Amino acid sequence: MIYLDQAATTMPKPPQVIAAVAEAMASLGNASRGAHSSAMQAARVVYDTRVKLAGLFHASGAERVVFTTNATEALNIAIQGAIPAGGRVISTDLEHNSVLRPLYRLEAEGRTKVDFVAADRLGNVSVTDFERLIRPDTKAIVCTHASNLTGNLIDIAAVGRLASDRRLLLIVDASQTAGALPIDMAAMNIGILCFTGHKGLLGPQGTGGLCVREGVEVLPWKVGGSGIHSYDRAHPTQYPARLEAGTLNVHGIAGLSAALDLIAEVGLPAIMEAESALTRRFQEGVAGIGGVRAYGDFSRQPRAPIVAINIRNEDSAAVSDMLSESYGIATRPGAHCAPRMHEVLQTVGQGAVRFSFSWRNTLREIDAAVEAVRELAG
Amino acid sequence: MREKRPALVITFATTTAAMAAERFSLAQGLPGRLIPVPREITAGCGLAWKAPPEEKERLLLAWEAGGLRWQEAVILCC
Repeated sequence: MIYLDQAATTMPKPPQVIAAVAEAMASLGNASRGAHSSAMQAARVVYDTRVKLAGLFHASGAERVVFTTNATEALNIAIQGAIPAGGRVISTDLEHNSVLRPLYRLEAEGRTKVDFVAADRLGNVSVTDFERLIRPDTKAIVCTHASNLTGNLIDIAAVGRLASDRRLLLIVDASQTAGALPIDMAAMNIGILCFTGHKGLLGPQGTGGLCVREGVEVLPWKVGGSGIHSYDRAHPTQYPARLEAGTLNVHGIAGLSAALDLIAEVGLPAIMEAESALTRRFQEGVAGIGGVRAYGDFSRQPRAPIVAINIRNEDSAAVSDMLSESYGIATRPGAHCAPRMHEVLQTVGQGAVRFSFSWRNTLREIDAAVEAVRELAG
Repeated sequence: MREKRPALVITFATTTAAMAAERFSLAQGLPGRLIPVPREITAGCGLAWKAPPEEKERLLLAWEAGGLRWQEAVILCC
């Protein structure tokens, strides 16, 4: 199989990640639940991984790195726990349902109102449009770093400056950029960074988290076992236990830790360069094929390694199925949980066939995918 | 049961703080290890740092310089 669905989850996982998970399952106890050697070793793995993530994202410290099961859970915690009731929130047309649905729910409950920055026909949003939407009662900006459909980036550094100037909380969904592009919470004025571990970070599914900047407070939505303050009726208020009720996915975190070592070894600049080259080769390859339309702004760099296309008015599901059945190429058709972006691109009925790449793909795989599209469009 | 002797016991509010202390102390060559918190004291976290009593000043000065956080440091027979 040629796996070009890396934006859904990276695959195959690196051997060292697989080995770390297997080793963890054979040897690690429950972190923060006892002091025997296997529990201690689990706690060390968890702590080391927090330190690595804090370094990667320039977070306030290891104690401000909170583990969750995925980015959706992280975004739910952030949106429900950090946005004060009674104000307004700014978001964008680029968002995934993991941002949209928590916001829509807050709106339906009467706790907030959401203003959306409209994307243009290439799927871009401008920082001046964010600024134009700010009202006296605006409390926060919640936005993605990159569209999971077009790969276009939002200029988070510029949005962060705006948020800082206007004293707004900035919550960023880094699902498509963590492990692929540099993210500096401090320099970008990000209040809460939400990430998943199983995409660009190359870790196992069931890992993810949020980094909460010092000074930002998030109310927990779940409480319970913490391994600390056991006789208190209330859940601990200290980070990260404050937001981590229940046993952590230590086996997955061990795999994520190994993946972070690999990313550090390869380096983000090399990862960006490789993914940019693969993306450009595919985009340029399909650009000259009659009847093929690619969505997004490919004149802007950097971008997430994603190219979504359609062939004339063919159903994206049918195209993706032919790619899989006839060519052994894995892609993702349909709506990609990005309803507003599809509305902007006028692809609600058709969907789009999303090709997404990892630095671990090869040029030969890209060329095979281009030829498959050429045949299908012929 | 083994004989109990006086020991320096330092408690933490969170497991993360305890793990930070362990990592820092190992890197700095400071004495001690993490143990379950003895019942004589209450602490947020179930882990405490146990070290020889005479190392209290050196240890806490180093931890303070390293930006570590802890709850209390007591001498106990444990």
